Amino acid sequence: MICLRNLKKRFGDKWITKGVNLDIPDGQMTVIIGCSGEGKSVLLKQIIGLLKPTEGQVIVDGVDITNLSEHELAQHYAKFGYVFQFAALLDSLNVYENIGITLLEENQSPDTVLPIVKEKLAMVHLKEETLYKYPSELSGGMRKRVGLARTLVTKPEVILYDEPTTGLDPITSRVIHELMHDMQKQLNITSVVISHDVEIFKFADNIALLHDGIIKYFGDAKTIWESDNPYIYQFIRGLPEGPIQSEIPHSSSHE
Amino acid sequence: MVIRFINAIGAKTLYICEHTGMFALFLFYTIKTACTTRLKLNKLLTQMENIGVNSFYIAVLTGTFAGMVFALQSYIGFKRAGGEQFIGPVVALGMIRELGPVLTGLMVTGRAGSAIAAELGTMRITEQIDALTTLRINTFQYLVVPRILGGTIIMPFLTLFAMICGVLGGYVVCVHVLLLSPEDYINGIKTYVELADIRGGLIKASAFGFILSWVGSYKGFFTNGGARGVGIATTQSVVVSSIMILISNYFLTKMLERM
Repeated sequence: MICLRNLKKRFGDKWITKGVNLDIPDGQMTVIIGCSGEGKSVLLKQIIGLLKPTEGQVIVDGVDITNLSEHELAQHYAKFGYVFQFAALLDSLNVYENIGITLLEENQSPDTVLPIVKEKLAMVHLKEETLYKYPSELSGGMRKRVGLARTLVTKPEVILYDEPTTGLDPITSRVIHELMHDMQKQLNITSVVISHDVEIFKFADNIALLHDGIIKYFGDAKTIWESDNPYIYQFIRGLPEGPIQSEIPHSSSHE
Repeated sequence: MVIRFINAIGAKTLYICEHTGMFALFLFYTIKTACTTRLKLNKLLTQMENIGVNSFYIAVLTGTFAGMVFALQSYIGFKRAGGEQFIGPVVALGMIRELGPVLTGLMVTGRAGSAIAAELGTMRITEQIDALTTLRINTFQYLVVPRILGGTIIMPFLTLFAMICGVLGGYVVCVHVLLLSPEDYINGIKTYVELADIRGGLIKASAFGFILSWVGSYKGFFTNGGARGVGIATTQSVVVSSIMILISNYFLTKMLERM
């Protein structure tokens, strides 16, 4: 289990997370939602250790990773996979080299690496003809799937997704959501997803709402539409009135 | 107002100390990584090609025309004193000891140093470096060591071409433009140019290659602020590298004099 205890992060004078407390269950998909600029990506990066919290703890399987040395943190990364918002594929490498990068850097032979890459490519429903294409030749959806395939090569126990469907059309978004759900069920992976897309609720087990630097709601995704928590009620329905104050003023002409 | 002025000086001083420290720590981690991890030979060779081989033509052009103009300027000066026979050694010594390493260093800084900063900066802002970290790939071993080592190794070879082209360019001007004696030019070089001069010039070239790749890698690796940040990092890498090359040139010259 991943436990976040009083997690706080400051950049200069600005506090982003202000005391996040959250328990992320194993083997389930937990989606963290919230308004733009709330610090969801910052929270995700603190969970994996890319950002060190200003205060608080990130406890993974009983170990507080905020106190780990660089070498120990590198070992901790073995449990995690991270699918970046724009996939973060290496521009100078083709799809085969991107997906197989961890194995190629371990000096495994191409004869060993290629079948594994093809297997992961098939898992994300990409054809073999994409193997030798470069990231610039791929669509947004294809890049996300290559990013997911790259993560799967390391056999992680936890996959963190940073806005996996941002910028994608509804059909491709559904494909990505189904892939994430299938990976989680087949491989018993714990998934933590940052998303604005309410369509993901159909695939999620738990929903957490981050607002003003803390978790305002955590509950079962199946009953979220019945919840009377004022924050979640306003957010998932996109209502202008409520405890969440938008920075952009609401236009009365749309009522 | 006085308090604000003191605050500003304090803030600037802290900023300089912080960045100087980070700069030095970056080098420390690079050396530590180079000494404790396996060298990625294919990446090293790629960087040597990017920094050195792909800069070949500008090094040759720079050296050739530097030698040509140096010969012309030397002729104007020496003719007044009747010392035309010294143009050959002066051009050769100037190209080998100073102009070759410095001009090549500055040209390659503008071309390859900025490219290093831009490439690593773009990788930083598009989270590619973070991706490597999450994939447990040592980013210093993968990105930084090949660039710094590659720049340090290949620059002497590149500078050697610039030196040779400079001497040849000077020969063309002296013999075919100024109609001086080719024997004077060549014999003067044989008499006055020593192996130590060439060794010193190549040591400088290696140092300058180290500087431009270190600065370019540092600026790119710590880029922030999106595309604007990449532009700033690229510009700063050229400016800082150029200044460091010019300053270190003085101290290297003094040090090499004693060797």
